[in-house]
Amino acid sequence: MRKAGPLVYLTLSGAIVLSAFPLYWLFVIASRSNDVVGDWPPPLLPGSHLFGNVSRLFAAEDANFLKGMANSAIASLAVTVSVVFFSTLAGFAFAKLRFRGKNFLLMIILATMMIPVQMGIIPLYMIMVKLGWEDRLQAVIVPFLVSAFGVFLMRQYAERAVPDELIEAARMDGCHTFRIYWTVVLPALRPGAAVLALFTFMGTWNEFLWPLAVLESDNPTVQFSLNQLSTSYYTDYTLMFSGALVATLPLLAVFAVSGRQIIGGIMEGAVKA
Amino acid sequence: MATHLRPSTAAPPTRDAPAPGAHRPREKLLSRLDRGGSPYLFIAPFFLLFAVFGLYPLGYTAWVSLHDWTISGKGDYVGLANYRQLFGDPDFWNALGNTLGMLVVATVPQLVLALIVASLLNQQLRAMTFLRLGILLPIVTSVAAVGIVFSQIFDRDAGMANGLLGLVGVHPVDWRADKWSSWLAISTMVDWRWTGYNSLIYLAAMQAIPRELYEAAAVDGAGRIRQLRSITVPMIRPAVIFTVISSTIAGMQLFTEPLIFGQGPDAISGGSLRQFQTVSMFMFEKAFRNFDYGYGSAVAWMIFLVIMLLTAINFFIVRRMK
Repeated sequence: MRKAGPLVYLTLSGAIVLSAFPLYWLFVIASRSNDVVGDWPPPLLPGSHLFGNVSRLFAAEDANFLKGMANSAIASLAVTVSVVFFSTLAGFAFAKLRFRGKNFLLMIILATMMIPVQMGIIPLYMIMVKLGWEDRLQAVIVPFLVSAFGVFLMRQYAERAVPDELIEAARMDGCHTFRIYWTVVLPALRPGAAVLALFTFMGTWNEFLWPLAVLESDNPTVQFSLNQLSTSYYTDYTLMFSGALVATLPLLAVFAVSGRQIIGGIMEGAVKA
Repeated sequence: MATHLRPSTAAPPTRDAPAPGAHRPREKLLSRLDRGGSPYLFIAPFFLLFAVFGLYPLGYTAWVSLHDWTISGKGDYVGLANYRQLFGDPDFWNALGNTLGMLVVATVPQLVLALIVASLLNQQLRAMTFLRLGILLPIVTSVAAVGIVFSQIFDRDAGMANGLLGLVGVHPVDWRADKWSSWLAISTMVDWRWTGYNSLIYLAAMQAIPRELYEAAAVDGAGRIRQLRSITVPMIRPAVIFTVISSTIAGMQLFTEPLIFGQGPDAISGGSLRQFQTVSMFMFEKAFRNFDYGYGSAVAWMIFLVIMLLTAINFFIVRRMK
């Protein structure tokens, strides 16, 4: 392998500065007052108005930011737990169990994996109206409790990660199939399931178009709240920036704890963000 | 799901078995039920929910698009009238042109940059994990947050982009006012968020290339650029195809960035002259602002067809290049 010279380090450092700068800028403006936002040269160091801006943010009318944060946390956790559970369960069945129609059903999953959910949102909205779920939190949870992509990913992972002998041995011990899933398969799938969980959490947290269609400003998700800010307060940059900062913090926390796993997931292929 | 009965192969229970054997037939039956039924039970929740909230809405979109259908409910069956109207709608063609334009302006430099970053990362590096984490940072930023930050950076009066351009003597640009400038600003957001992700995909593919190939090429006197073109790119072709197709699908659905960039209550139209309205925004406007579900559904199907068409073209080009 080629050893990197100083020029390579320099270029890569430049790339990382470009990657990190908008996030840093988010923090700088969120901690400043509005009268310096347009200054040239721009303020490059954080100021002292962060707490003032954040409390203005939580008080901002129409945005309901705290509620949006809480709603997004509930929705993202619920969707993540459910997607991981049902994907590992079905992935295990597709990878390791024998049943009639398996290949055909798997084909259906593969064929539908690439179809953007967005294309069906008008009828989906009609279903929500029928159920009386407009402006209710379950509208952004229930339609996403399962994922074709998750099932496919866990199937691929289970093929490699769960040895057949392990399952057979458990059967000999008299375990029924769900018990095998719970005690043998699930532990073996943990690394793959963790990656699926991370990406599902981030994806749900970032979901934008559907909440905008089905929710109202009195019961928003955090992305909805951000859109409210950019609709009603678009001249108030420090307010919008503190909103963007607070909305990004949970994702940054996830990244700080499990960034390596996310990299591993992307590089092992088969992970879409 | 059809129950799946097989002729019993189990030995009949022995008659003279003592007390413990009394459980046997029941256990066998249970075990058979478990083996035959569990797989279906395990996949049932997925298919049930997916059918209701995934497949059914997709198919139903086609049905809705053939009707006069508004917020007050289903109207007349109108056949292909919605599609005819759509083909004659300059706003639709404008949105499609914007979407395809931004798709090209965003994807091409993004993938080239990703390739360069990946080939730089594909060396013996100190602090490798740190570097990878660094270039992946943008992907964990909320999309709407990206929109907000870059809306400020590309602000006409307060933005840093104009400040920097001013240093080299360029007059301030009103980024939202024109097609080319708004496309450029929005593409920058997309590229900022996705370049690192794509470069990690390329890096993974590059690491699978046998080193001997490079050594042989070096012996033959091939320089770095030549090696990149003649070895690396052909060898990571599957990864390139994957990123092109997924960028195309994502690009056709571009929504959040231009919407936030638009600012204000009329953002959904993508600027006063619809300079940066994408097809997804157009669909949203028709269905959820004008409450014309039939027309919106026709737009949704057209987006879907264009995605299929572009994917097919991608495959076709790939075939030809072989």
